[in-house]
Amino acid sequence: MSTETASQPVTAVANPPTVPLAAGFDARDLVRISATTQQPTPERQLTPVAKLIDVSKCIGCKACQTACVEWNDTIPEIEENVGVYENPHDLTPDMFTLMRFTEYENEETNNLEWLIRKDGCMHCEDPGCLKACPAPGAIVQYSNGIVDFIHENCIGCGYCISGCPFDIPRLSQRDHTVYKCTLCSDRVAVGQGPACAKACPTQAIVFGTKDDMKAHAEERIADLKSRGYDNAGLYDPAGVGGTHVMYVLHHADKPSLYEGLPDDPVIAGTVEAWKGPTKTIGLAAIALAAVGSIVHNVMTRPNAVSVNDERQAGDIVDAAAPPDSTPPRRDQA
Amino acid sequence: MTNSWTDIKNTDLVIVMGGNAAEAHPCGFKWVTEAKHHRGAKLIVVDPRFTRTASVADMYAPIRPGTDIAFLMGMIRWMIENDKVDWDYVKNFTNASFLVREDFGWQDGLFTGYDEGKRDYDKASWDYQFGEDGYALTDPTLQDPRCVWNMLKAHVDVYTPEFVENITGTPRDKFLKIAEMIGETSAADKTMTSMYALGWTQHSKGSQNIRGMAMLQLILGNIGVRGGGMNALRGHSNIQGLTDIGLMSNLLPGYLNMPTEKEPDWTTYMESRQFRPLMEGQTSYWQNYSKFMVSFMKSMWGDAATPETDWAYHYLPKLDVPAYDMLRMFELMHQGHVNIYFCQGFNPLLALSNRGKNTEALAKLKLLVVMDPLETETSRFWENHGIYNDVDPAAIQTEVIQLPSTCFAEDEGSLVNSGRWLQWHWPGATAPGQAQTDVWIMAQIFLRLRELYRTEGGVVPEPILNLTWDYADPNEPTAGELAREMNGRALTTLTDPNDPSKVLVEAGQQVLNFSQLKDDGSTMCGNWIYSGSWNENGNNMARRDNSDPDNTGTYQNWAWSWPMNRRILYNRASADLDGNPRDPSRPLIWWNGERWEGYDVPDIAVTAPPGQVMPFIMNPEGVSRLFSRGMMRDGPFPTHMEPFESPMQNVFNDRMRGNPVARVFESDVEQFATSEEFPFVGTSYRLTEHFHYWTKHNRVNAVMQPEFFVEISEELAAERGIARGGMVRVWSKRGSVQAKAVVTKRIKPLICGGKPVHVVGIPLHWGFTGAARKGFGPNTLTPFVGDANIETPEFKAFLVNIEPLAGEPIA
Repeated sequence: MSTETASQPVTAVANPPTVPLAAGFDARDLVRISATTQQPTPERQLTPVAKLIDVSKCIGCKACQTACVEWNDTIPEIEENVGVYENPHDLTPDMFTLMRFTEYENEETNNLEWLIRKDGCMHCEDPGCLKACPAPGAIVQYSNGIVDFIHENCIGCGYCISGCPFDIPRLSQRDHTVYKCTLCSDRVAVGQGPACAKACPTQAIVFGTKDDMKAHAEERIADLKSRGYDNAGLYDPAGVGGTHVMYVLHHADKPSLYEGLPDDPVIAGTVEAWKGPTKTIGLAAIALAAVGSIVHNVMTRPNAVSVNDERQAGDIVDAAAPPDSTPPRRDQA
Repeated sequence: MTNSWTDIKNTDLVIVMGGNAAEAHPCGFKWVTEAKHHRGAKLIVVDPRFTRTASVADMYAPIRPGTDIAFLMGMIRWMIENDKVDWDYVKNFTNASFLVREDFGWQDGLFTGYDEGKRDYDKASWDYQFGEDGYALTDPTLQDPRCVWNMLKAHVDVYTPEFVENITGTPRDKFLKIAEMIGETSAADKTMTSMYALGWTQHSKGSQNIRGMAMLQLILGNIGVRGGGMNALRGHSNIQGLTDIGLMSNLLPGYLNMPTEKEPDWTTYMESRQFRPLMEGQTSYWQNYSKFMVSFMKSMWGDAATPETDWAYHYLPKLDVPAYDMLRMFELMHQGHVNIYFCQGFNPLLALSNRGKNTEALAKLKLLVVMDPLETETSRFWENHGIYNDVDPAAIQTEVIQLPSTCFAEDEGSLVNSGRWLQWHWPGATAPGQAQTDVWIMAQIFLRLRELYRTEGGVVPEPILNLTWDYADPNEPTAGELAREMNGRALTTLTDPNDPSKVLVEAGQQVLNFSQLKDDGSTMCGNWIYSGSWNENGNNMARRDNSDPDNTGTYQNWAWSWPMNRRILYNRASADLDGNPRDPSRPLIWWNGERWEGYDVPDIAVTAPPGQVMPFIMNPEGVSRLFSRGMMRDGPFPTHMEPFESPMQNVFNDRMRGNPVARVFESDVEQFATSEEFPFVGTSYRLTEHFHYWTKHNRVNAVMQPEFFVEISEELAAERGIARGGMVRVWSKRGSVQAKAVVTKRIKPLICGGKPVHVVGIPLHWGFTGAARKGFGPNTLTPFVGDANIETPEFKAFLVNIEPLAGEPIA
């Protein structure tokens, strides 16, 4: 194997020491805002960023899940074991990323493969969630590619869930808004990488500019091909304009082997049909948003404190000792 | 570890066998990923289960639990047969050429000298032939049929690939493919690293498993070189420190030994520790034993340790048995011979075999003191938790005192990692509530005890009354004070023996390292192998310079590594007889014509001429041992033995159960099962999501892996009618547990002796305290027997049965 290697990803790599990305992006860098007729035209273009998940380096340790919970201050349920390694068993409003495990018997090599994929928001260049969203300003995209949910604008209609080709967003029964991975927009905004990448012990998750990540992926793909994975490749699906979370796969010809990763994701036709980039439809979106609000209220009843809310609040209070030292929870702020 | 974590990046081939590095050591495993990514290294995993390590391996092979020796001896046989031997290394740096006594032999699975009644060997014949000069006889041509090499060849001859397959269940084609991959590293410019852990130690012949691989590595020339080595992945933060500091009943700090009652005085004790070289001109570094021992005694008892008092030798307890290991302690407790048990950083109710016996034993104590940062099952052993701890509190009279202690992140000190690095750390948080450091607690107990001896007297009060305790605050010695004590200092001014006018160390100053220690009482040192860690240069353990010239991975200025800041042990063996690097692409140390120099601290006297002084300076032979003489209780070569509970009889000797010299307590024999009653093989292990029984207290870890489960093959599930996610009962002759079933393709039946062997995998992270769901540990099921040499319990191979559980468990 050649000793010529691509430069190390500069951010979010715990070892060797990190070098911060150029810091700073904010509302001025928005390129798309949900359900808004006038899309912004920012004065500058940020360098597109990406998280690269090398499935072949992943050991399924769930440090990324843990870091995600810690950074986002979520409190997922302690569930049961249902006969598999996935815990929680699916993405939830409190678990934005999830290791998914697939036992694959490769008939060509006669070997068992345990394919472990970190699932979560792909941060599509052409985000189906944003296009489907009827609530003005609830979903936004920055010029670096990050797709973020603005919870105070979310009406909880769940259209983003059906608009997502990857089945990622999850509706919270606690505050009736939708949650997903933010690509740690709050960390990236100050020049750091995502928490999951920081915690990953094997550098299976790395973060940087999209170009750097692609170069890094090429090196990894060459290594995999040298080990007999002839179909190794990068998952950066064109159907959604490419993604800002990409995978290196041993079997890039069969993404669906990896616990349902879509082979060729596209935004559902219905979403495209009524969310085209025209003013007319934009206006229709506003109307729909209003309908959505009504539907939301009808469907979900006025916000009432449930037993679940009470218990979670109790947990938070219990955890906060002394009480004034605990920062407000992100989803309550 | 002979090498370090960071050195793994230098390897060409990683074999993970007897461990699950990605799962149990995910942070250290990054160096395997690094070797794969930037060196193109390959990874082999041999394990009963397809583990998370296997998920990123280039080659995986299954193996029946407890048959590693057969696999490894088969490997050695294959290397010899196919001439994949590093001949220069074997001839020069091992004892291959040494002649073995004529009366040594092996037959029916046993070496010469076996006494069935005593369950022990008379090891007299397990030795070299010696000349009249006292040196061992050798045949450098390796022609003599009694030379170690030919004895080894004969010993491994039976381990053909077919024989190995029959015992281990490892498919022959996979075995042979792995042999080819390993064989490539016999070249001087290729190395393999062995990463192992409790998958090898937790057997009744655990030490021999490890020796098997060590011998293979020596034959391949992979010891003492970059990217090579025998790398024991230690399972707890600072468990390496525990062993180094001698926290075992038969050890003193720095691997000095506790005296036995056969050594009533200093002279007798030292007589058996002369370590006379067995070959001319060799170092035999343990000849310095008395310097380390006297300095240790001075650190303990100061002015009371003098030549006249035999250095206070009579203060030391004298062992009447080989060791008071934990199995023996709980056996004694079970017999009612123990009144008080101090349990510091230890959770034996879940960590020791045969939990039912442990519960009974703890109930016979008068007082149990538990020092721990967390609630432990041991401290609550008397509390009823339904099926998870089904005891009657009213029937238990043991008084339990819990002393909350700080955790690692709340106190200052050093932690020793697997690679022998002492890394200083500072508190990151203030301890909650009334928690105190372990040092404070021990100091309080000591001061009160000493006061009682002062005022009330007692039997042999001197060791307590005269214990050195000169700390600024006697109530709480600081980590720095203790560390400086371990480094050692001059008690009187030390001068250069060749030039008495030249002062080496002023009285009261820290010694530079253990080369300055004396056996005349002029130095003190708490732990000679740590000497150099905090000398007059300051706290070397706190160094944080991560520069690494030429990317060798040695990181000489990061923290401090024992001994002498040496990063790769036996590194002299990386150079040839002329002192040149054997692999010019990976130089480590070399002879520059006058002295040794290089990237690492040479593991040889720096002026020792190459070609004369051999690399294995701790051995009186100067070379490494393929034949280990009488150093181990169960044989000078590893030989296949079945676990105490096994689905197969020993193919060499159907009368032999388990390790024929492993200690077995009478009351435990009747609790060993046969495969007629218990047809399946149980094995225990960790999961990445948890650390032992600690992290179940943490909500986030509990979310990641909430509930106790066992893993079985699809075939066994079908045979027993078990559904994925269903509840099952797993039981052995000692106990029963209930668990969720994970039905997986990652465990497959193994064909051994023509019959399928099913494995039941049992992870170990659940109990009845903490945030996770209540569950059981595998120790409810495991047998009460340990390794013949070091008594590590046999947790990795035992017999169980399994069935679906009717109805739902009691929550």
